[in-house]
Amino acid sequence: MAYHAYSLKEAANKPERLAAGHRMCAGCGATVAVRAVLRALREEDKAVITAATSCLEVSTMTYPYTSWEDSYIHTAFENAAATTSGAAAAYAAKKKKGALSETYKFITFGGDGGTYDIGFQSLSGAMERGTDMVYVCYDNEAYMNTGIQRSSSTPLYADTTTSQIGTESDGKPQYKKDLTAIMAAHRIPYVAQTTFIGNFKDLHHKAETAIYTEGPAFLNVMAPCPRGWRYDEADLMDICKAAVETCVWPLFEVVDGEWILNYEPKNKLPVTEYLKLQGRFKHLFAPGNERLLERIQDDIDARWETLKSRAGVI
Amino acid sequence: MSKRDRMSGNEAIATAIRQIDPDVIAAFPITPSTEIPQYISGFKANGLISTEFIAVESEHSAMSACIGAAAAGVRAMTATSSAGMALMYELLYIAASDRLPIVLAAVNRALTGPININADHSDSMGARDSGWIQIYSENAQEAYDNMLMAHRIGEHADVMLPVMICQDGFITSHAIENILLEEDETARAFVGVYDPPHHILDPAEPAAVGPYSVSPYVMEMKRAQFEGMARAGGVILEVAADFEKTFGRRYGFFEEYRMEDAESAILIMSSAAGTAKDAVDRLRGKGVRAGLVKLRVFRPFPAAELAAALSGVKALAIMDRSDGFSGNGGPLGAEVRAALYGRADGIRTINLVYGLGGRDTRVEDFENIYAELEEMKDGPTDASPYCRHIGQRENTNKGTD
Repeated sequence: MAYHAYSLKEAANKPERLAAGHRMCAGCGATVAVRAVLRALREEDKAVITAATSCLEVSTMTYPYTSWEDSYIHTAFENAAATTSGAAAAYAAKKKKGALSETYKFITFGGDGGTYDIGFQSLSGAMERGTDMVYVCYDNEAYMNTGIQRSSSTPLYADTTTSQIGTESDGKPQYKKDLTAIMAAHRIPYVAQTTFIGNFKDLHHKAETAIYTEGPAFLNVMAPCPRGWRYDEADLMDICKAAVETCVWPLFEVVDGEWILNYEPKNKLPVTEYLKLQGRFKHLFAPGNERLLERIQDDIDARWETLKSRAGVI
Repeated sequence: MSKRDRMSGNEAIATAIRQIDPDVIAAFPITPSTEIPQYISGFKANGLISTEFIAVESEHSAMSACIGAAAAGVRAMTATSSAGMALMYELLYIAASDRLPIVLAAVNRALTGPININADHSDSMGARDSGWIQIYSENAQEAYDNMLMAHRIGEHADVMLPVMICQDGFITSHAIENILLEEDETARAFVGVYDPPHHILDPAEPAAVGPYSVSPYVMEMKRAQFEGMARAGGVILEVAADFEKTFGRRYGFFEEYRMEDAESAILIMSSAAGTAKDAVDRLRGKGVRAGLVKLRVFRPFPAAELAAALSGVKALAIMDRSDGFSGNGGPLGAEVRAALYGRADGIRTINLVYGLGGRDTRVEDFENIYAELEEMKDGPTDASPYCRHIGQRENTNKGTD
């Protein structure tokens, strides 16, 4: 597949497909992810956007307004992928009957709650059935819409409203689920993990590949939440960069089963460089909690080695 | 020309679906409706339908996919039973609220607790407030006929609501019965084409479905939904009239069986109506003025018409094949009594919960019920209406068997 040479300026000058005036927070990663993904759509192509119940959903289509320039559907929390399956099947039926000449792309957005947890079955089913769609998880590592409750994506020791820190608790006691690897295990044509880095080339390339690969594709986009992660809105990009440089959130693709590591930091930074930017990990820096930081570092190191080995990087 | 054949209720429904040839079917197997997606898969494998068949991983996803497809402006269908329908409940409400005329073939089976695979109405009665039109079928013929009418009712511009066509699990879905089938072309022509004005695959006009709606808007949407359901009754009768003109078989909100001068009547739905009609015939032979009303359309509930049909009876048994556990009678009992109130006061009513989990209800059981009605019919009219379960092995209440 041939791509245009990427230029942020050119991409950013395309007509916005998520209109201004929505009600998402300043410094929220979700809308940054959505706009970056939609910039990868060819201008002449139409799209049907599905959203799982989420911050994104309640804040971008509050009746009688919609921020979506494309057709859009929301049904419930745990079924975005299945909803898209139906719309994509209707498209196939119309195409077969010659009732529609335009090209439509089917793009589904869910948070980590709607993707890792309650919508996981629906997602797995749609991917296994080979639905021609892109599922984009904007992963902000907790149920932010209901007020920062832990999810299976919440990392170890994060402070959330249902994994609270206290005299008997260090925060979430469990590790984060490796959903991107689970999606790769579905042996779908394209799986990728990305976030907001530099000129957004990595995200743009992955979104474009996902959208224009026939069959199911899955994108996992780290999309920080200023309220849940407790950072200054302006620090969004710094946090994403730290996640990548510490290997907390590596950038990689799985193309037809082949694991490709897209970026290897020259100097892998300690996880504290990422954790210290966020209030949800503040308790880890209290004296006496060094062992907690060590455990996180050990986990991230082990995951990084596993990923490198999968990608054939020695 | 109608064609004589013999088949099960499931095959009859599948035959109607083949003739309708909907754009999308999404379904997940559950006893006793499993055969329906199996037939669809067979039709598809042999090029008999053009339908996009999505073999989903759950009933929740089945209804979700139907909503996605219907929002995209095409005909979407599914089939389910029991726990499968319960897993859909959340989406049933959304389908109705989004005004999407999805058609569901319901094969009624007991909801689990304890697990049981046989007929009762606890599954669709649990969905009675979901905003779906509900039509119940006594036998395979009615299931087939009702399915041919379903799309025209739901898709009518004055209605735009989803429709479930119900038949009793195993008793109807699996028993082989004589049936009259219509030619594929005439059946398809009767059903017609569906071309809704707004949907998400219209290149000229993007659409947004399923908004977050705040308090200042929700009530207008619910009112519109209520009005759609209120108008559905008239459309159901219009479609039935055209069906009779086209195919010769007559349907209304309900069937009145030997009700002309009936003093004692049973009100019942679905397959057990056939058994109860035998009891009516036997009793009529003995000079008992027994009659029966078989309710076909439960949603919208034809309250005024039912009250008019029942106004001449002295005693009425309302038969519920599920118990809503209100402690005050089954769902049909509550609705029928509410329909009579102020319209046909003074009728002595009993509400009997029968046939749960496929428990057989025999002609003799219905004869006993009529005997009880005969005892009641000249008694006091101010006795409190009551409800009880019948047909148990040990019945510590006042039993009929």
